[in-house]
Amino acid sequence: MLKHQFLPIVAGAVLAVGALTATAFAGTLDDVKAKGFVQCGVNTGLPGFGNPDSTGKYTGFDVDYCRAVSAAIFGDPDKVKYTPLDGTERFPALQSGEVDMLVRNTTWTMSRDTTLGFTFAGVNYYDGVGFMVHKSLGVAHVDELKGATICVQGGTDTVTGLADYFKKKGLDYTPLVIDKLADVNAAYDSGRCDALTTDRSGLAANRLQMKNPDDHIILPEIISQEPLGPAVRNNDVQWFQIVKWVSNALLDAEYLGVTQANVDDMLKSDDSAIQRLLGVGDNDFGKSIGLDAKWAYNIVKSLGNYGEVYERNLGLSTPMQLARGINAQWNNGGIQYGIPIL
Amino acid sequence: MAVIEAGRIRPSRDSWWNNPAVRGIAYQVILIVAILAFGGWIANNTVTNLRERGIASGFGFLGQRAGFDMTTLLPVTSDSTYGEMLVAGLVDTIVVSFFAIVLATILGLIVGIARLSSNWLVRTIATIYVEVLRNIPPLLVILFWYLAVIAAFPSIREAIQLGPDFSLSNRGIFMPRPVFGANFHYVLIAFVISLIVAWAVRRWAHARHMATGKTFHSGWLALGIVVVVTLAVYFMTGDPLTFEVPVKTRFNINGGWTVSPEFASLLFALGVYTASFIAEIVRSGILAVSHGQTEAARALGLKQGQLTRLVVLPQALRVIIPPLSSEYLNITKNSSLAVAIGYADLVSVGNNVLNPTGQSIEVVLIWMLFYLGISVVISFAMNVFNARIALTER
Repeated sequence: MLKHQFLPIVAGAVLAVGALTATAFAGTLDDVKAKGFVQCGVNTGLPGFGNPDSTGKYTGFDVDYCRAVSAAIFGDPDKVKYTPLDGTERFPALQSGEVDMLVRNTTWTMSRDTTLGFTFAGVNYYDGVGFMVHKSLGVAHVDELKGATICVQGGTDTVTGLADYFKKKGLDYTPLVIDKLADVNAAYDSGRCDALTTDRSGLAANRLQMKNPDDHIILPEIISQEPLGPAVRNNDVQWFQIVKWVSNALLDAEYLGVTQANVDDMLKSDDSAIQRLLGVGDNDFGKSIGLDAKWAYNIVKSLGNYGEVYERNLGLSTPMQLARGINAQWNNGGIQYGIPIL
Repeated sequence: MAVIEAGRIRPSRDSWWNNPAVRGIAYQVILIVAILAFGGWIANNTVTNLRERGIASGFGFLGQRAGFDMTTLLPVTSDSTYGEMLVAGLVDTIVVSFFAIVLATILGLIVGIARLSSNWLVRTIATIYVEVLRNIPPLLVILFWYLAVIAAFPSIREAIQLGPDFSLSNRGIFMPRPVFGANFHYVLIAFVISLIVAWAVRRWAHARHMATGKTFHSGWLALGIVVVVTLAVYFMTGDPLTFEVPVKTRFNINGGWTVSPEFASLLFALGVYTASFIAEIVRSGILAVSHGQTEAARALGLKQGQLTRLVVLPQALRVIIPPLSSEYLNITKNSSLAVAIGYADLVSVGNNVLNPTGQSIEVVLIWMLFYLGISVVISFAMNVFNARIALTER
């Protein structure tokens, strides 16, 4: 063979062998530790849940869940990179591996848990679909929206829920399905649509972004169940356990009365449940999911417990003004229930 | 060592692997096998990964109930299947692309010729139009038209009444819809027959003109034939056409035909945007016709309009048609930007099929297949047209 033929042939052979051996499976936790951050899929701009502020930094209730996972793994809540995802982009992004976890006010449904290849690591916000209408229409109930034009974001199960409800009630309507959240809000605000429909928590957020929030009212009816929670791929049990138990740690900390302010004092507590949570003494529940013994301590120290995360992002002192409602603890009139760390 | 044979020198027979012909075939075979193996490995990987993660695959989902509503031209509901929804999206894409192609061609032709006008104002306006619109991304043009349309027109409760049944608002233009009665097919048959007769009359007039030089203005006669025959049959079959009138309800105007603002803004945006490109193509086509042709036509006494129509344009079309088909394909593909404004085109409907089912790969394959199909049809039609009007050089 001539010299100038040798190099391309060898290069081709090396590439072919390299391609064949490329896909050795590494767990998501190992990948995350190797790259040094968690890649988190969040909303493009939903105030209270996942929203970039004026400097481009992401804040919100869902964002804090990403930060909790980062705190549990690295001890530092800021080792997260965010991928803003639309309604139609979020599932392919998680399926393909573009993000490690999806915390983007996504409803836990059976098809998403099975045919999409995901598994949901708990419910961080129990919600339902509602409607927002222009106050000038004089509409007081959803059933009065017969014949109306309704704006809805594409790629969500809200589109399906809307069709189901209006079919059940025998009401006709004109749907306007738009992909980008900002465009949906703009179309509703301009008067193109009579009503806007999404999860009620999202309605509260969207109302704030209207030109004149007082010109819009949120109707009292809730037409479907929307348990929102973080989702991960279903082919990595350890990663799923990590995200699930980070969620539970936040709820358990609130139940046990551990807050961001008192967590250091709680290290000296005699309560064995708190000792197990914070990894005091021999307790090392973190080891079973590949984390440090102080995993839950790190979470509460950086972010607080579930109640504090809720109040900081969605509570009555924020513009969102969402009362705890059914998202209160089970012993406080709500249905949030942390699984015991035992 | 050469072997001399009947005056020809042939190279000595070396080992078979040094034979260039054998080498050539061997390399090609190896390359084909490698490509097929790579393709097979990718496909196998994909199917295995999908199965491992429990993600559904296959095209069975096309028969499932859609469960969501979208406002499309075809009457689909939440009880239609995913397949029917995708077809509705395809129809929407084809309709808006067709009208946008027509608009862009007409507008581009006018602007392209205007750029070559001797009138300074006309020329400058055309130049500004082309230079501004060529340099803006199509999505921005679409968003501008949509927001401008929505903002400019009044809200539905203050809709402008253009006539007893025509209204204009930011929810669209509402007009009566024709409802075809039982005997309407007679009218249609009469219409088609009258068209054929009119066309035959024109051919006869043209042939007579060619043979004897006598002109016969068949235009008005042809139009008259079509109108009179169709109307006569219409009245004879007892007015089989009624109109469904739009009715104002609490929120909307229902019934009749609606031209939605999404459709209108997408149509105008695509038409106006692509017209700027087509104008340049037309201009280059016209400039490609040698100036001697124009001078000779003027010497023969042809007026400017006749000159352009009979001498310049037929020759310019040879140069214009090939890049024009590219622009038509661009219109079809740019129509997918409809997702930004809520027009239920193929991509928009596909997104709402892709997400509940999770079958991204299958839906993307369907998208590619449909767009490829539309593009191939357009290319084929343009190639046939090109072949027909190509001037055969002597």
